Amino acid sequence: MTENHTTSKQPGILTPLQRLQEKFSDKIIESHVFRGDETAVIGLLNLRSVARFLKETPEMDFNFLMDLTAVDYLFYTGGRVQKEFRFEVVYHFFSLKFNKRIRIKVPVDEKNPQVDTLSDLWASANWYEREVWDMFGIQFKGHPNLKRILMYDQFEGHALRKDYPFNKRQPLIGPIN
Amino acid sequence: MSSAGNFFTSKLDDAIGWARKFSIFQYPFVTACCGMEYMSTAAAHYDVDRFGAGFPRFSPRQADVLFVVGTISHKLAPVLKTVYDQMCEPKWVIAFGVCTCTGGFYDNYATVQGIDTIIPVDIYIPGCPPRPENVIDGLMKLQEKIQKNEQSRALYDPCSKIGRPDGIQGKCSTEGKIKHIEPAK
Repeated sequence: MTENHTTSKQPGILTPLQRLQEKFSDKIIESHVFRGDETAVIGLLNLRSVARFLKETPEMDFNFLMDLTAVDYLFYTGGRVQKEFRFEVVYHFFSLKFNKRIRIKVPVDEKNPQVDTLSDLWASANWYEREVWDMFGIQFKGHPNLKRILMYDQFEGHALRKDYPFNKRQPLIGPIN
Repeated sequence: MSSAGNFFTSKLDDAIGWARKFSIFQYPFVTACCGMEYMSTAAAHYDVDRFGAGFPRFSPRQADVLFVVGTISHKLAPVLKTVYDQMCEPKWVIAFGVCTCTGGFYDNYATVQGIDTIIPVDIYIPGCPPRPENVIDGLMKLQEKIQKNEQSRALYDPCSKIGRPDGIQGKCSTEGKIKHIEPAK
C-alpha cells in the first residue's frame, strides 16, 4: 500500500501529494494513493506547517476543510502494521479551485492527546475540533472555545473511545434551572 | 320551551371529560423522523381534526396534550422537562414512536431510554415510526382516559430492574434529582 512515487495523470503537473513530498520529504512518515485518493501521514509537530503549505500554496489552494475526525486504534488488530499509537486525527482537505482532495493523518499518543488547532486557518475546524474533543478527548492547542459540542457539560468521559463501556448510562440531567 | 330533548342530565365530571376529549390542544414536540408520520396524521387524509385534536399550539402554556415525537437525547431532556412543567393542568403526554417509549434501537450513551424516566406518560404509541392508524388508535385511547379524568403521574425509575429487557442490573445511586446507573461488569 505504501507508495512514495505517485504518478500524475498529466505529465509535468505534480499532484498535491507529490508537491508535499517535494517540500516535506523528511517529515512524511508514510503515504499512499488509492484510486486517486492521496493520503499522507505526518508527525504531530509538523501539522501546522503542512496545513499552512496546503492552504497557502497558490498551485494547490486547499481552501476547504471538508472533514476532521479521529480514529481510536485501541484493540485494533485488523491492520498489517501494528499501531504504535492510540489515536489518529484525520483531516480531509479539498481545493475548490483545482477539484483536488488530500487526506492528512496525524498519529496521537494516548498519554498526551494534544494536537495544534487549525481553527485559525479554516473556520470549519472550530466545531470539528470540538466534536473530536467531545467524542475522543483529544485536545486542540490554541482552540478559542474547546468545550463539548454534542454531549452536555456534565457528561463524563468520551463516548467514542473504544474503552468507553457501550452499555454505560450517565445520570439523567435535571431541569435547566 | 317545554318539550323533551332540550336538556339532559349528566354528572359534571362526565360533561367536563366529554368537552375536554373533543378539544385536545396539542403541543407537538417533534425531533425526528416520526414527525413525518405525525404530519401525515395531522393532514387532510387521516384528518386528526375529526377527534378535535387538529389544533396544534406552539406554546406549552396553551396546550393540553404533549406529543413527544422522536428521539430525545440526554442533552434535550431538560428542555422537554421544562416544556412539560410549563403546561397547565390538566395535562397529558403521548410518547409517539419507540424512541420515546423505550429509546428504541438507540440503546446508547446519548439517548434517553424512554421519556417516562423524565416525565409521566399517559399513552405509548409504538412503531418505527407508527402508522397514522396506530396514532389515531392511541389518540382514541387517550380520549377514553380523558373522559375518565385519568392522568398518569408515574415516573419510571431507571434503576428498577423490572422491565429492562437488556438485563442491565447495575448499581444505582441517587443524588438529589440525578439518578445514576453504573454499567454491568
